[in-house]
Amino acid sequence: MRLRTLNGEVAKIAAARGDAPSRSLADVFSRDTPLAYTFIAPAFLLLLFLVAYPFALSLWFSLSDARVGESGSFIGLDNFRRLLGSSIFLQTLQNSLVFTAAALGAKTVLGMALALLLFRIARFKRLIRGAVLLPFIVPTALSTLVWWWMFEPLYSVVNWTLKALHVVNRDIPWLPDPYLAMFTVILVNTWRGLPFFAITILAGLVAIPREMYEAAESDGAGPIARFWYVTVPLLKPVLAVVILFSAIFTLADFNIVYVLTKGGPMNMTHLFATYSFALGLQSGQIGQGAAVSLFLFPILLAVVFTQLRLVRKATTYE
Amino acid sequence: MNRRGRRAWRSLFTLYLPVTPFVLFALFPLYFMFVTSLKKNSELYDPTSIPFLIRRGVTFGHYQLLSGDTLFWSWFLNSLLVSLGATIVSVVLGILAAYPLARLRFPGGDSFGVAIFVTYLVPPSLLFLPLTTVVNRLGLSDSLWSLVVTYPTFLVPFCTWLLMGYFRTVPREIEECAMLDGCGRVQTMLRILLPVAVPGVICAALFAFTLSWNEFLYALVFVSPAELKTMTVGVFSELIRGDIYYWGGLMAGACIGSLPIVIAYVFFLDYYVSGLTAGAVK
Repeated sequence: MRLRTLNGEVAKIAAARGDAPSRSLADVFSRDTPLAYTFIAPAFLLLLFLVAYPFALSLWFSLSDARVGESGSFIGLDNFRRLLGSSIFLQTLQNSLVFTAAALGAKTVLGMALALLLFRIARFKRLIRGAVLLPFIVPTALSTLVWWWMFEPLYSVVNWTLKALHVVNRDIPWLPDPYLAMFTVILVNTWRGLPFFAITILAGLVAIPREMYEAAESDGAGPIARFWYVTVPLLKPVLAVVILFSAIFTLADFNIVYVLTKGGPMNMTHLFATYSFALGLQSGQIGQGAAVSLFLFPILLAVVFTQLRLVRKATTYE
Repeated sequence: MNRRGRRAWRSLFTLYLPVTPFVLFALFPLYFMFVTSLKKNSELYDPTSIPFLIRRGVTFGHYQLLSGDTLFWSWFLNSLLVSLGATIVSVVLGILAAYPLARLRFPGGDSFGVAIFVTYLVPPSLLFLPLTTVVNRLGLSDSLWSLVVTYPTFLVPFCTWLLMGYFRTVPREIEECAMLDGCGRVQTMLRILLPVAVPGVICAALFAFTLSWNEFLYALVFVSPAELKTMTVGVFSELIRGDIYYWGGLMAGACIGSLPIVIAYVFFLDYYVSGLTAGAVK
């Protein structure tokens, strides 16, 4: 007896065999549900105890005056009130906005340019893609060490090159200067995150049907018009997902800032993660630290909300 | 000049020349890491020497310092154990959770899918403070178990999400055939779906391993004894003593610390590319 993969025929053969499970929808539910719950239980319990519970704990900490080794007592919104009145926190808030906006902007523009190049490159394709992707794979904490060495005050290779090219004649204080330090941190974040943008946008480009370009071309659209009126609109969903996704992880960055500047000089590069670390673990004010890290949450929610809406939209219209 | 020659010239100027700065930008820091790790201190700290090259001979002294004077190989082993443990746990839990989400209809299925997606987006820096308390209460602080237990919090959502997408690309009909032949759900999953989905499982495992190996924040916070540190934390915190920076040693550590991932990457480039895009495009 041959089994076909077409739905109708499978059913017919099964019925002819006489052992057709004549199941109603309710039967299907009751048969699969216990299995589904059994399979999901381990992951569910893990996420309940190690994500949901810590999150609740974090909310409680932020409303308490907990310190290391002391459980603390409820103090309402005092932590948040104190933070919003603290100049270091306001600086952190500003840094986070500047850092995220600049890094995302750079990664989007450069990522788009790189993806367009990679899309058209035919020879040495694997080699070039492999090389360009490497910064994303190497451990960030370790690769940031080499950036630190490259911007080291005395022996900076960047300064050496700039001096050799007679662009400057004195050493530039990359990490001790607040604004240059912020620039450096953004640069390293862009270096690390660019491959993700380029490769994902590239996947989006590959998915655009060639006929779209041919149609535009026959309507007389030049390369620039084709980019603005075909590529960009069709890439919008992919771009939105990539930017939103990266927005969370750029805003929540810890490794690069911690290794490179530790939030300094004068707190000018502190982000939520590093400031929360400094407050919560280094000065032991867990309540304040938790309150700082919770500022990541509204942005997280906004991203989740938009992304789910985008996914829903894609499934309804396709 | 003939047409083919002209086209080759054109692609050189419009494609290969513009892509060169991107390639240099991506590779230079890694090249510089390698060069520094092999350079003698006398050349390294000489402001007049050319930093890009090694002209006064190669030295393995930094690697020897790393190997002999630090706990480098313990950190390496710790990273390996933690990454393997966390990967196995996460891939198994991921397969188990992804199967019902991709194939079965059950009450609460959609909400669980959304929950997985939300936790997938939770950055570790949001939870490290309360997790420290949880790890303490479980009696796991200053033990490698604290990492094996906590890494799955970001790996399981990732593996589940990736495998769910992968399972959905496998045609249902293959499984339906097996079930008509009398296989149960579990058997069908183990014998029919999983063998077909092996590339997806490899991809999930590779990413889980890479993410664990590269993790820094939890490893920095939960484990403090020097001999129990992982690679990333060990190199960073033990090779900088006060104001003295062992740049050669630091770079040697960064090189060896990146090596396992780079080797895996060279062999499995396509899996990395597909895993990277799966999350965002699908």
